[in-house]
Amino acid sequence: MQNHFDLFHLPQCFSIDTAALDAAYHEVQNQVHPDKFSTATDAEKRVAMQWATRANEAYQTLKSPFKRAAYLCELNGVDLQTESNTAMPRDFLMQQMEWREALEEAKAVKDVGALEKLDHDLRIARKEEIEQIGSLLDANDFSQAAQGVRQLMFLEKFKEEIGYIFETIE
Amino acid sequence: MALLQISEPGMSTAPHQHRLAVGIDLGTTNSLVATVRNSIPEVLNDEEARPLLPSIVRYLSNGRAQIGYKAQAAQTTDPKNTIVSVKRFMGRGLKDIAYVENLPYDFIDTPGMVQLKTVAGVKSPVEISAEILATLRQRAEDALGDELVGAVVTVPAYFDDAQRQATKDAAKLAGLNVLRLLNEPTAAAIAYGLDNASEGIFAVYDLGGGTFDISILKLTKGVFEVLSTGGDSALGGDDFDHRLLCWIIEQARLAPLSDQDTRVLMVKSREAKELLSSRTETHIDARLGSGEEVRLTLSAETFAQITKHLIAKTITPTRKALRDAGLTVDDVDGVVLVGGATRMPQVRKAVGEFFQTTPLANIDPDKVVALGAAIQANLLAGNRAPGDDWLLLDVIPLSLGIETMGGLVEKVIPRNSTIPCARAQEFTTFKDGQTAIAIHVIQGERELVSDCRSLAKFELRGIPPMAAGAARIRVTYQVDADGLLSVSARELKSGVEAAITVKPSYGLSDEEIAQMLQDSFKSGDIDAKLRALREEQVEAERILLATQSALDADGNLLSDSERTDIVACMDAVRREVQGNDHDAIKAAVEALARGTEEFAARRMDRSVRTALAGKRLDELT
Repeated sequence: MQNHFDLFHLPQCFSIDTAALDAAYHEVQNQVHPDKFSTATDAEKRVAMQWATRANEAYQTLKSPFKRAAYLCELNGVDLQTESNTAMPRDFLMQQMEWREALEEAKAVKDVGALEKLDHDLRIARKEEIEQIGSLLDANDFSQAAQGVRQLMFLEKFKEEIGYIFETIE
Repeated sequence: MALLQISEPGMSTAPHQHRLAVGIDLGTTNSLVATVRNSIPEVLNDEEARPLLPSIVRYLSNGRAQIGYKAQAAQTTDPKNTIVSVKRFMGRGLKDIAYVENLPYDFIDTPGMVQLKTVAGVKSPVEISAEILATLRQRAEDALGDELVGAVVTVPAYFDDAQRQATKDAAKLAGLNVLRLLNEPTAAAIAYGLDNASEGIFAVYDLGGGTFDISILKLTKGVFEVLSTGGDSALGGDDFDHRLLCWIIEQARLAPLSDQDTRVLMVKSREAKELLSSRTETHIDARLGSGEEVRLTLSAETFAQITKHLIAKTITPTRKALRDAGLTVDDVDGVVLVGGATRMPQVRKAVGEFFQTTPLANIDPDKVVALGAAIQANLLAGNRAPGDDWLLLDVIPLSLGIETMGGLVEKVIPRNSTIPCARAQEFTTFKDGQTAIAIHVIQGERELVSDCRSLAKFELRGIPPMAAGAARIRVTYQVDADGLLSVSARELKSGVEAAITVKPSYGLSDEEIAQMLQDSFKSGDIDAKLRALREEQVEAERILLATQSALDADGNLLSDSERTDIVACMDAVRREVQGNDHDAIKAAVEALARGTEEFAARRMDRSVRTALAGKRLDELT
């Protein structure tokens, strides 16, 4: 089966042209979306649903820098070891602990301003991490990149938690 | 790509080939049906030129039903048998329904979805909704002079799987071929987007009679992409009426009311609310069953004050939807108002203030959803030429998960995923020799199962005995383009495959729907069997045509023997169509579907490759 990059006729690398990705995704969906087959035969409807599902998955994977990085590691035979490898640099862990404390506090006193600052800091940290992973990946250093992806996973999870707390205190 | 392309590309479709399709807005308060005639979408009126059909059904002791205005007229005299706002009960259990104490009905607390005891027997919300849909179908067939090919039926974007499934069942029960369930705000976006050829980020704020939706969409040339959606499937204009009713009871110091008095004051509340959309003050005058008079004056300002908390309840999901889309208020290029309840000045003001812009409301907020649905139905029915169409990418509103140890929910598909989508997750057994595993399908955002909605429970049995943790059970969630979920589970390790596909527990099986349809025809004048046979024959002819045109276009994708097999399947269908054995035709059509699946997959591969290759050539020039 074609990989996600092949599906959209894109070069297999981290720095992708997002406009080209969007255009290719729309082009594929224009061919396969179930809305194009609503009066077709059952066989065609089933195939259309499978294809559109696959196009959506490929697009979501390549659109998100985190998922794209993890996918590239996987394609190049590097196991992310998300469960088994929990070794993290000391600085990174310290930073995480600090943020978690700040998050708990913002939640306890319902401080939207503090939450917004945390959200902002996290956004910068994610951007930096993604840039670093990107240059490692495009230099074919997949095992170092995998370490970065594991760290990024923590940041992604933290982002979700911030979002959830925004919802509960608003 | 049109598969049923009878004419050559570029040639206009001859008028007799126009396929009749409608859009139906099944609303809490009112329902509408619309269609596209001569390229113009229009709402179809009843014989008295009224566009709206009040979503009210009254059951009579002779077993028949009155629908719409006739039923509305009886709502204060026969409240128990006159069902209003049935949409609020779709896919809902008794504990989910707000202000049950103020409702005059005899509910039966059946598992999954309530039922109502009426003078004509026990009715489910699905059957009651089907009465409304069948009335609209009849209206459309009378106006258009022929049977419909299909319908797009709209649902609130925030409807969960149970509510969507109930709506689709109701449409089938009304004899409609559902081309698609379409989210109401998305339908409105289609009507606006195509009308104004708009591009950019749009927010659709849809406050209907009983539901609130907010959708954030990105409109680019030929693509409507929903980025996120949010809402409250139990918040709408009805809540403003109810708030006003409580205010009247408070102000007039009324003793507990009879069902009839409650309905009388509810009607007065609604009238006052509607009047205050264009006035600064109104009077509420009513005489109760006891002879007691109620006389009150209500200012627009007081009304806004006592309903402030309801409007605030719409702003929270709006903020959440923006955050889910990764956007801020500044990114939004336009805001569209949909739903009758957005006529309230305090709602318009609040939305304008939040988005810092004047909301658009130039298409009638009562009609815009039905018009958008009609436009989409016209597209889905195949009445538009390739190249002159558009792509609609919608999302699911709520996360789908599975129960894990300790009553926790593990998310399988997150909310706002573009549909159709699927995801498989692997689980294992936790006891030695365990031969069955329970799978509990959950919808919602919270961590505890008890805080989410249970959609279905089923067991995968027949797992060969193995050590704990050795089995590999793959559970697959598939959400289709209607936003409906099916779940299957399969044990991989042993090579023994067992799979089960569930329909949520409240859902009706296809057999049950067929039986209900059959029963409903008994009192009617149509011979159900004959009708079913005719439909199957038409369907078979249609599939033969589609398959033939696929063979003509892409026959070179098949080997000689593959082609021979397909032709044999086609011949079998042709033979059965001549006869009048409904089941035999159905079986032959199904065999043809199985026999052409691989061919369909190859054609799809080719069309994707060709499309992308063409694109790259374009880019080079």
